[in-house]
Amino acid sequence: MNALPALKPAEIVTLIGRADEFPRLPIPLYLDSVPAGFPSPAQDYVERALDLNELLVKRPAATYFVRAQGDSMIEAGIHPGDILVVDRSLEARHGDIVIAALNGELTVKRLETQPQARLVPMNSAYAPIDIPEEANLELFGVVTNVVHSLRQP
Amino acid sequence: MNTPCFALVDCNSFYASCEKLFRPDLKHRPVVVLSNNDGCVVARSSEAKCLGIRMAVPAYQIQDLIQQKQIFVFSSNYALYADISNRVMTTLEGLAPAVEVYSIDEAFLDLKVLENQDMEVFGQHIRQTVDRWIGVPVSVGIAPTKTLAKLANHAAKQYPGTHGVVDLRDPARQRRLLDLMPVREVWGIGPRMEKHLEQMGIRTAGHLADCDPGVMRRTFSVTIERTIRELNGEVCIGLDEEPAAKQQIICSRSFSQRITQFQDMREAISSYAIRAAEKLREENRYARSITVFLRTNRFNPHEPQYTPSASTELALPTLDSRDINETALELLRSIYRDGYRYMKAGVMLGDFYEPGVYQQNLFEQGQERPRSKALMTTLDRINHSGLGRLFFASEGIRKDWAMKRAHLSPRYTTSWKDLPKVN
Repeated sequence: MNALPALKPAEIVTLIGRADEFPRLPIPLYLDSVPAGFPSPAQDYVERALDLNELLVKRPAATYFVRAQGDSMIEAGIHPGDILVVDRSLEARHGDIVIAALNGELTVKRLETQPQARLVPMNSAYAPIDIPEEANLELFGVVTNVVHSLRQP
Repeated sequence: MNTPCFALVDCNSFYASCEKLFRPDLKHRPVVVLSNNDGCVVARSSEAKCLGIRMAVPAYQIQDLIQQKQIFVFSSNYALYADISNRVMTTLEGLAPAVEVYSIDEAFLDLKVLENQDMEVFGQHIRQTVDRWIGVPVSVGIAPTKTLAKLANHAAKQYPGTHGVVDLRDPARQRRLLDLMPVREVWGIGPRMEKHLEQMGIRTAGHLADCDPGVMRRTFSVTIERTIRELNGEVCIGLDEEPAAKQQIICSRSFSQRITQFQDMREAISSYAIRAAEKLREENRYARSITVFLRTNRFNPHEPQYTPSASTELALPTLDSRDINETALELLRSIYRDGYRYMKAGVMLGDFYEPGVYQQNLFEQGQERPRSKALMTTLDRINHSGLGRLFFASEGIRKDWAMKRAHLSPRYTTSWKDLPKVN
């Protein structure tokens, strides 16, 4: 059996904060109470628990979730069954992963705007799709994050 | 002092637009959405309107057209519409200083502090933002009063040249539009009032605007006086105000299958009564009159017909679900007859009172239940929290009679299982 080099904890994972245990109520209790006696010394240190929504969803009204199918975007880290966070308020730029309407279906591809507009699968087994200049490429939104589960339920 | 300025933002063919959102294959296809129980058409995409499908037409009457023209039919997907509506309203709240959500697909904006802006440009900004962020088209009508903003919105929808935005602040422009609009398009003018007005020769919004408000108030009501003043640019209805309070609350549905058992009907009436009571409390009003009605299928001449209704007046106005439920069930017992196949039933509340205004007659009997208001508030809070639902045992648990929704689309935005799929 090969001996693995010892890793310092910090090299493995970095703790960035306590995860939110009660996602429905991210605001701590007593935040707005008016204490009758001495103010609690802990009060100045009340912080909100971390909420993943804050990280993944910048604009809730414009954000939709969709589910990826197939392996055409595997090299972008998008696996079948993953949930994609799509923000419609963002202006799509060259290189963005986008959701586009293609042949009446929603598809996820990498957008290239130069030298010519095309939708590029990120899997060498698939060919890029050229978008002719006269065709109006219809974009549903820009993918900002992938939610990929690593443990089978 | 800022001059008043309101906008009405209205989603175009809202339910149909929601159904198209995740279906690019339906982009230019005719789509209709059916009411509860797949009964009547309640929304039509512009393509479906072009095919001559009228609003509220019963679905069975357009079966052939649906086949011939390949019209896509959906059952009402309220989970989807409510979520999309909420996104539209939140977006509008970020764009305007004050917003009144008027219905699932309409909102009034108070724009008086923005008055120096180019309103046409601002209207287009609203339109484009909602279209891009959420993906449903809206029309915008801008005017000095809510009643005129409603008309402006109507014009924005009707005339393609407006590109979905009409700024109706210019009095000359107001006049031109008023003369074009039939009086029934005026906010608050119902079919009955339309008939009265027609008899007086008042056919357009312009005719109505020219009426003497004082005379019309004495002939009809203060409501129409306000409408006339509003059509002339005088603000009478502020944000969060209705032109007229609703006179009834009705909860009524058609059943998915005919009801022939008293127990099933009891459950149906009980749920309608409790839903009606909930609506009553949303409006913070008390009701004194309760009506229950039943309907057999009048389209089927071979079945025995029975369409009874029964009403009662309570000793005291109430907003307590228990009073309304018990009374409705008593009324049901008094009219229910075996041997009929019931298609529809409903509960109606009327004779409304604001809290604390009811004067009890010396000889009247009756007492409010102790702590009724507090209990009902708790009940509503739990049921609105989304965490669970409290219901009355009389509503039943299985609800076999509940509605038919054969063409329901997935709950795209409210269920992890139903997320739109991308390849």
